[in-house]
Amino acid sequence: MSVRARPLSPYLDIYRWRIGMSMSILHRLTGAFMAIGLLALVYWLIALANGAPSYARAMALFSSPAGLILLSAWTFSFFYHLLNGLRHLLWDVGLGFERAERNASGWLVIAGAIVATAAVWMLLWHFNRP
Amino acid sequence: MSLRSPLGRALGLGSAKAGTRHWWSQRVSAVALVPLTLWFVFSLVLLPGLDHETVRVWLQFPVNGFLAITLVAVMAYHSYLGTVVIVEDYIHTEAIKIFGLLGLQFLHVLAGGAGIFAILHIAFGR
Repeated sequence: MSVRARPLSPYLDIYRWRIGMSMSILHRLTGAFMAIGLLALVYWLIALANGAPSYARAMALFSSPAGLILLSAWTFSFFYHLLNGLRHLLWDVGLGFERAERNASGWLVIAGAIVATAAVWMLLWHFNRP
Repeated sequence: MSLRSPLGRALGLGSAKAGTRHWWSQRVSAVALVPLTLWFVFSLVLLPGLDHETVRVWLQFPVNGFLAITLVAVMAYHSYLGTVVIVEDYIHTEAIKIFGLLGLQFLHVLAGGAGIFAILHIAFGR
């Protein structure tokens, strides 16, 4: 059966990009990614409870190149989700809805997440020099 | 097309049952996670080392063990609430959706339980 081309309602890609679009989907993506991180955290706790050899194996896994990439991504996801979550909570109480405020808080969240991620890894390096 | 008004159709059916429960629980757990997660991240970062003995001794302090258990519990709950919405939003095949939602329930109870048990083991073991 051939379908006649019908007019469609506008979909996402027809709109000019606004920061809120990326912020919104990134909030969900970082949340889903951290759900996997929860499993990693539980694995780490189990390894810790299981004794030194298990823990050493877990730490070797986490400090491998792939482990470090994942941990960095989880750190960024955490700070992004935390800061953007606070942005959502402020919206929930009715603050920051103006266009200028929305855009500014969006960029602030992105900058804050990058800075906080870098700070945590610098502190980690500082206090846990190998 | 029915000529009954939307109000007439809705009257007598009762509420949708769930109400704002999900939305509200997500906010409450989010607020609780702000101090809990920050405490956890910065406690680990500021430890003199992340070797087995240092972390174990740190977690054996009652306050740390208690906060860690609270963290794992609230985190598993918040993660459950969030991932459920993702499955509900994107999976439209009823059977897969139901199994997905059941899977998320089992996974989060299991993860939360395992994490809490591990912390108790560290706190009271040996």
